[in-house]
Amino acid sequence: MAQHSMNPKKKPIGKMMFFGVISIALYAILLVKQGLINEYVGQGGLYAVLPIMTAFIFSFFHGNFTGNFWTVLGIEAAKKKKEVK
Amino acid sequence: MHDIIRETANFIALNPGNISYLFFVGFVGGLVSGFIGSGGAFVLTPAMMSLGVPGLVAVASNMCHKFPKALIGSIKRAKYGQVDLKLGIVLGISGEAGVLYGAHIQEGIKKSFGNAGSDLYVSLSFVVILAVVGGFILLDAWKTYKSGNAQQEEEKVTKLARWVQSVRIPGTMVYFKSLNTKISILFTIPLGFMTGMLAATIAVGGFIGVPAMIYVLGAPSLMASASELVIAFVMGLGGSFKYAMSGLVDIRLAMIILAGSLFGIQLGAIGTTYVKPVIIKVVMGAIMVIVLFSRGLMVPVYMSQLGLIPALSETMAKNLTTVSSWIMTFALLTGAAIVLRSMWQGRRAEQEIAGKKAFGHGQL
Repeated sequence: MAQHSMNPKKKPIGKMMFFGVISIALYAILLVKQGLINEYVGQGGLYAVLPIMTAFIFSFFHGNFTGNFWTVLGIEAAKKKKEVK
Repeated sequence: MHDIIRETANFIALNPGNISYLFFVGFVGGLVSGFIGSGGAFVLTPAMMSLGVPGLVAVASNMCHKFPKALIGSIKRAKYGQVDLKLGIVLGISGEAGVLYGAHIQEGIKKSFGNAGSDLYVSLSFVVILAVVGGFILLDAWKTYKSGNAQQEEEKVTKLARWVQSVRIPGTMVYFKSLNTKISILFTIPLGFMTGMLAATIAVGGFIGVPAMIYVLGAPSLMASASELVIAFVMGLGGSFKYAMSGLVDIRLAMIILAGSLFGIQLGAIGTTYVKPVIIKVVMGAIMVIVLFSRGLMVPVYMSQLGLIPALSETMAKNLTTVSSWIMTFALLTGAAIVLRSMWQGRRAEQEIAGKKAFGHGQL
């Protein structure tokens, strides 16, 4: 990309790998231990905290991974209008 | 409550096939949501049900993937200065009340008229709301193109929004940055409530929320669609907790859909920085009008089940159902295709400009 040739930016490969590995580990645990997890989550009541916490944890690690993933691929926001107003 | 759990907590077995399917549907849904603020969810509930997931578990798991997705999308779009957090939270809280009321109405209809009655109510709501609002949005986008203003960043504030912004009710005025003025929260409460009611009925509150922010309050399209993600987060968090209390969330399904949708929502959010505001309206209006046909086809099926019209033959009912679900998938794919195409064009235009500048400076 032309703008990159003018202003070469370091790509966050390390960050992407870090969050990617944790994301994969989280998904591996979720699938390997699915019986146990479903047993607790399916009980409802105060156990409702479990799926909510899980969603927040996954979104943090996987969200950071996917964000860095597109940056590493060179797909970033348009330079000209970072602000709408 | 435990009876409900025993009845519905038959979580399905996962295999590479259904995991990939949910990941892909999640990705496309996320892409559209990142762009227009919502709109991916309506395909996910039927997609899960087609895998054998019970209806309530599908709705609950869908909601539990929606709020973390909306959170990541809104953080991303806040970085671009597109989110009006205060407006999102204010609408989201009244939306929560709308969700509860909408769910209550649904339960009442189900009790009185059974599943077919409830399905007919949902489909009719789809048809009426999507026809009116979707038609209006497309018409507005068409007018913008015709007037030659499609390339402009500034959008015209509607007469209605100008009036809403001019009303002063002491003690209720709140400043919102997306509107750059104070408006009475007495206007935002019913809008949030209706957004929540629609979310409880057809799973996509944004079909009311986004147009309401644009046409009734006067927010720019980009800020409206970004702030809708905040509303979706607030409503989704409350709703997920309610369903999780009854043990209805299949966290595996929610997280697998989330895996795909977080890739999609980041891409959709990036896409908004490349397009003119009118494209948001085009994508939203196009999806709404296509989905309208999908749901419209189902109306005679449910009506015949309720005995309101003569019974349809089994083949006819089956064909209508199949065509309807294909049209719904087509709606989402059309939205995704417009997003990707506009983004591709925007990126190419930006690269050309950057290339010319570099050439001008003698750097290439």
